[in-house]
Amino acid sequence: MAITFKQVEFTYQPGTPFETKALTDINVTIPDGSYTALIGHTGSGKSTLLQHLDALLKPTSGTVTIGDRVITPTTSNKDLKSLRQHVGIVFQFPESQLFEETVEKDIAFGPQNFGASEADALKLAAKMLTLVGLDSDLLQRSPFDLSGGQMRRVAIAGVLAMQPKVLVLDEPTAGLDPQGRLEMMEMFARLRHEQQLTIVLVTHQMDDVANYANNVIVMDHGQVVKTGTPQAIFKDPQWLAEHHLGLPKTTAFAQQLMARGMTFDEMPLTEDQLAAALVKQLPASMLGGGDHDE
Amino acid sequence: MSQIIDVEHLNYRYPQQAADQLTLTDISFTVAAGEWVAIVGHNGSGKSTLAKNLNGLLAPVSGKITIDGQVLSEQTVWDIRRKIGMVFQNPDNQFVGATVEDDVAFSLENQGIPRDEMLSRVAEALAQVDMQDFATREPARLSGGQKQRVALAGMIAARPQILILDEATSMLDPEGRAEVLQTIRQMKADSDLTVLSITHDIDEAANANRVLVVNDGHLVEEGTPAEIFQHGPALIKMGLDMPYPERLKAALARLGVQVPATYLTEKGMADWLWQLRSNK
Repeated sequence: MAITFKQVEFTYQPGTPFETKALTDINVTIPDGSYTALIGHTGSGKSTLLQHLDALLKPTSGTVTIGDRVITPTTSNKDLKSLRQHVGIVFQFPESQLFEETVEKDIAFGPQNFGASEADALKLAAKMLTLVGLDSDLLQRSPFDLSGGQMRRVAIAGVLAMQPKVLVLDEPTAGLDPQGRLEMMEMFARLRHEQQLTIVLVTHQMDDVANYANNVIVMDHGQVVKTGTPQAIFKDPQWLAEHHLGLPKTTAFAQQLMARGMTFDEMPLTEDQLAAALVKQLPASMLGGGDHDE
Repeated sequence: MSQIIDVEHLNYRYPQQAADQLTLTDISFTVAAGEWVAIVGHNGSGKSTLAKNLNGLLAPVSGKITIDGQVLSEQTVWDIRRKIGMVFQNPDNQFVGATVEDDVAFSLENQGIPRDEMLSRVAEALAQVDMQDFATREPARLSGGQKQRVALAGMIAARPQILILDEATSMLDPEGRAEVLQTIRQMKADSDLTVLSITHDIDEAANANRVLVVNDGHLVEEGTPAEIFQHGPALIKMGLDMPYPERLKAALARLGVQVPATYLTEKGMADWLWQLRSNK
């Protein structure tokens, strides 16, 4: 499901002394089936844009087209349910939203809210728990007895149980250790293929953008300042620095090598890409099939 | 250098745990005054529990903790807490003030600092973390990264001898994290501060003089960052990321390149690659 912004402006508390313009002239499309990364410095408007993706906020002017629904400044707050079912948002620290007595009931809450019968919702809960990589033994446990990483997976299962077409992730790995982060990011990539999801990822981790996204939206001062593939976005380090954004670790390291005089046909974004490019430049004697010389 | 933290045979169990289960088992280590020590380990390994034992927020089952020459006990806990500043991962758990400046001033009020000095220390601390424009804002309405900066400002103003950072930079973007680490280095240079940082961030750990690895409640290893970083892929199990040169080495090894076994810094890695290429 594609989401398209046309001339969207958003102002918080309009007509009051606290009036703040958060979005200016946003024209951007999140293509159907894409893995879109939304990046930008703190305060650039990412969170405000994110809340337009399922009409939690409505534009002050302009339109947001979500699938076949058009959201305008005058769209009624009623009748947004079907829309919200299609766009699942995983907010920061989603585990803080868990509230039910059991894991099963917590995951089943969303679908029931959208009209599923209890029996169907419970069936979905069991399926979703497996989908996020947790054991079905946990269904009857209290979500509050689980580890932090498990709680987050349960919360994500609750969003997936609404069977959204678009999954929006706001810094989904904050606070997890590197192993947990990697597992979580691999899980989203797997879910995208299995469930044919469109994914929108808000992140500060440029390595995740390089490894997973195929489309990038860069925001600064409430505006979209660039869109393109990761390859296109990361090829201009100076421009990124001007917008307070970093580089994937590989690209930063490749820059150090380029400063010494090495050249690359294409800017490497991941260590595998850099390794492949380096192998072409290294002497053949270094390629020993991985054997160590004793 | 004198030992400012001395932990001997610390055992800790949460009240709801069975008698034969421990969250921390026989932990012993010392930290010298002015040292920066990183404590690493995966989620749930017991790092935060250890930090909370050091200032008496949690009381051990057995063992002895000595802070700046005072043995931690019910009698000394208040003296000791004055010496230790803690910044937690989720600062919402530690905000008390209605505004950012009130919050930063809180511990100074408790210490009975004169008002004039308090005002200047608060302003200075907020400027150091680049939050001076937010002085009259409500802490709850800030972003995660801004909250972490305010919590740190509270500690800068209080000027403790020991600063404990419990994943205190986890919500910052990379630029913000680098700024905060620079602020802490500056504080250390100015005041011989002792820093204990609990972290998953390899760059934060790289700042330390020494790294302690905690796994399943046991202290399993200690060494300099360079010694610890040599573990390569095993670092992931220790709750750390692999340093970039190690990741690149692993990728090169997968393509059949013979890579050096010793730990290389980024510069060392770039030197090695450059030399190879020049020998071609």
